[in-house]
Amino acid sequence: MKKQNIKNIANQKYKFGFKTDIESYIFKKGLNEKIITQISKNKNEPPYMLEFRLKAFKHWLTMPEPRWSCTTYPEIDFQDIHYYSAPKTNPKKENLNKIDPKLKKTYDKLGIPLLEQKKLEGIAVDAIFDSVSVATTYKAQLMEYGVIFCPISEAIQKYPDLIKKYLGAIVPYTDNFYAALNAAVFTDGSFVYIPENTICPMDLSSYFRINTEKTGQFERTLIICEKNSQVNYLEGCTAPKFDTNQLHAATVELVALDNASIKYSTVQNWFAGDPETGKGGIYNFVTKRGLCQGKKSKISWTQVETGSAITWKYPSCILKGDDSIGEFYSVALTNHHQQADTGTKMIHLGKNTKSTIISIGISVGKAVNAYRGEVKISKAATNARNYTQCDSMLMGDQCDAYTFPIIEVNNASATVEHEATTSKISEDQLFYFQQRGIDTEQAVSAIINGFCEEVFKKLPPEFSVEATKLLGLKLENSVG
Amino acid sequence: MLKIKNLSVKTNNIEILNNLNLHIKAGEIHVIMGTNGSGKSTLAKTIVGHPQFKASKGEILFEGQNILKLAPDKRARLGIFLSFQYPTEIPGVNNASFLRMAYNTHQKSQGHPALDPLEFEDLLQNKLKIANISEKYLDRAVNAGFSGGEKKKNEILQMAVLEPKLAILDEIDSGLDIDALKSVANSVNSLKNKNNAIILITHYQRILNYIKPDYVHVIHKGQIIKSGDKTLAHKLEKKGYEWLITNP
Repeated sequence: MKKQNIKNIANQKYKFGFKTDIESYIFKKGLNEKIITQISKNKNEPPYMLEFRLKAFKHWLTMPEPRWSCTTYPEIDFQDIHYYSAPKTNPKKENLNKIDPKLKKTYDKLGIPLLEQKKLEGIAVDAIFDSVSVATTYKAQLMEYGVIFCPISEAIQKYPDLIKKYLGAIVPYTDNFYAALNAAVFTDGSFVYIPENTICPMDLSSYFRINTEKTGQFERTLIICEKNSQVNYLEGCTAPKFDTNQLHAATVELVALDNASIKYSTVQNWFAGDPETGKGGIYNFVTKRGLCQGKKSKISWTQVETGSAITWKYPSCILKGDDSIGEFYSVALTNHHQQADTGTKMIHLGKNTKSTIISIGISVGKAVNAYRGEVKISKAATNARNYTQCDSMLMGDQCDAYTFPIIEVNNASATVEHEATTSKISEDQLFYFQQRGIDTEQAVSAIINGFCEEVFKKLPPEFSVEATKLLGLKLENSVG
Repeated sequence: MLKIKNLSVKTNNIEILNNLNLHIKAGEIHVIMGTNGSGKSTLAKTIVGHPQFKASKGEILFEGQNILKLAPDKRARLGIFLSFQYPTEIPGVNNASFLRMAYNTHQKSQGHPALDPLEFEDLLQNKLKIANISEKYLDRAVNAGFSGGEKKKNEILQMAVLEPKLAILDEIDSGLDIDALKSVANSVNSLKNKNNAIILITHYQRILNYIKPDYVHVIHKGQIIKSGDKTLAHKLEKKGYEWLITNP
């Protein structure tokens, strides 16, 4: 009976799997200096940027593809990818009313209206479609507060001083294979600058959409939060269903100066591949890192990872400023053939630095879910504190959960706690619900929501609702 | 209310119930006694549709409807309740929310409106009294870290909330001290009325000092070998099962 009840995984619907039929300007496949030069030219970049890209590319060529994560996939042919794709009709429109209706419709369907309408008041959106930003809302209103919110391609032209100072400063291209690749070929992403003493008047968000088959999306996001400032940033992602895998290799850099606070939340819902065969889906290989540069600065990562065929992602904090705080709250749900190797790094450099890691991994079907984390207390980090809690839940008898925590303490005054649990949704629990009249689907979602509650409480309210819904959707039909 | 006809149940190819017949009317309390492994719990689990116990023969009619093909949650919503011998712990799921979720699925299936948390809290106050369980258990996860007695009282609380037509109490008396036993028995008595029925599964006669059954059945090797009134239980207590098995 166990097999029938739990293992039986039927087709789950991915409601964002449609493709927008739009004429695009696409580079031919392949990766070389010429392609990179062309990307830079298309973006009207100043020479310093091309130089940066080519250096990164040269370095990338010397690096082996990393294979240390708990995932298996065939070798990626980096020459078989389009590195640039942009809708032909839409050179970026400053007037939101002039956006190509097809694009507008796409985002409507995704639930992201690109108009500055009342309904969406409080959230500004940067919409990125394949390799370009197609719309950014509330730009002008934000500028009144001195807040810069624009595509990074625009920032490269308009704010070279900030870009030169910070781009690649937190995640250098030498950091890892995908960071090097991203530095060479990134096309768009968001740029956020919050000036001193400013609480960003609305939440900012980016919405990433990969539309064209066999196209890689290489987003680059940079958020700078000056002294005594605050910002909440939300990130969402979806992609159409294709049989082939698409590569999404992003780099996200955050900098928080004295007393600044950045909260970065992600609800990741890329296409995860065919539920039955595991074919297709996004390879999500992402480097995210925040630098708490200033005293009492704070960076908080919250992620709900439900999509992607493969996730490889470790949003981290470097706690350089004294009394700075790093947080990582994560729920990763893998179902069917999905694989996730995710976690965080908390690098304590300053005095009295504090970090909290709450990671929840849920494995269903034939999925693999790994937590990989590093807590490092350096010599200078007197009175550093870390609390880590890592909980895994397994459903059925064909999935895997792994935990790889690394703790390195070089200062005896540190307090480091690590708690971990592994639990299983048992047949007995499901039957108990059923005997009280509650069907298994509702039962599973109640158990999992209970399990995830602590992380969901940390999400911005509208995200929390979205995340709860998303988990429900992902689990639909996952029990017989 | 419940008619079990020629019911046979196999698990792992071993016959646990063999041509069992039982007839229960509304307003009745039936006690089922028997040695370990005689088939008592199998009978309970088969009635509620536990996937491990499938009928190979016979039928179970509940209010005239053969329920053997129905999913367990459907049977529950028809008004069949099992108080588990070993209630499962469900960490992370709040007891009060669980009760409300269960209550509302029953409401929905009967075409009644669902109750919001505040309305439900009002309803719960009275139920807590019936089950004689402290309010503090509402804020904890379902059965998580409850003592044996608290778990049984929590089962009774669920029964009080769901008001089943047929309640099967599987060893509700096991592991209880004398005070808890009295309390649970009192709760069961106050939930009993002329429209519902109870099947009480037990090893011991002692709970029958507090709950008065209409019938006592003795099950052996998957069959009811003897039925009688409560004096049968007294006899068993004195003479042991061996007496009955050798002199059916």
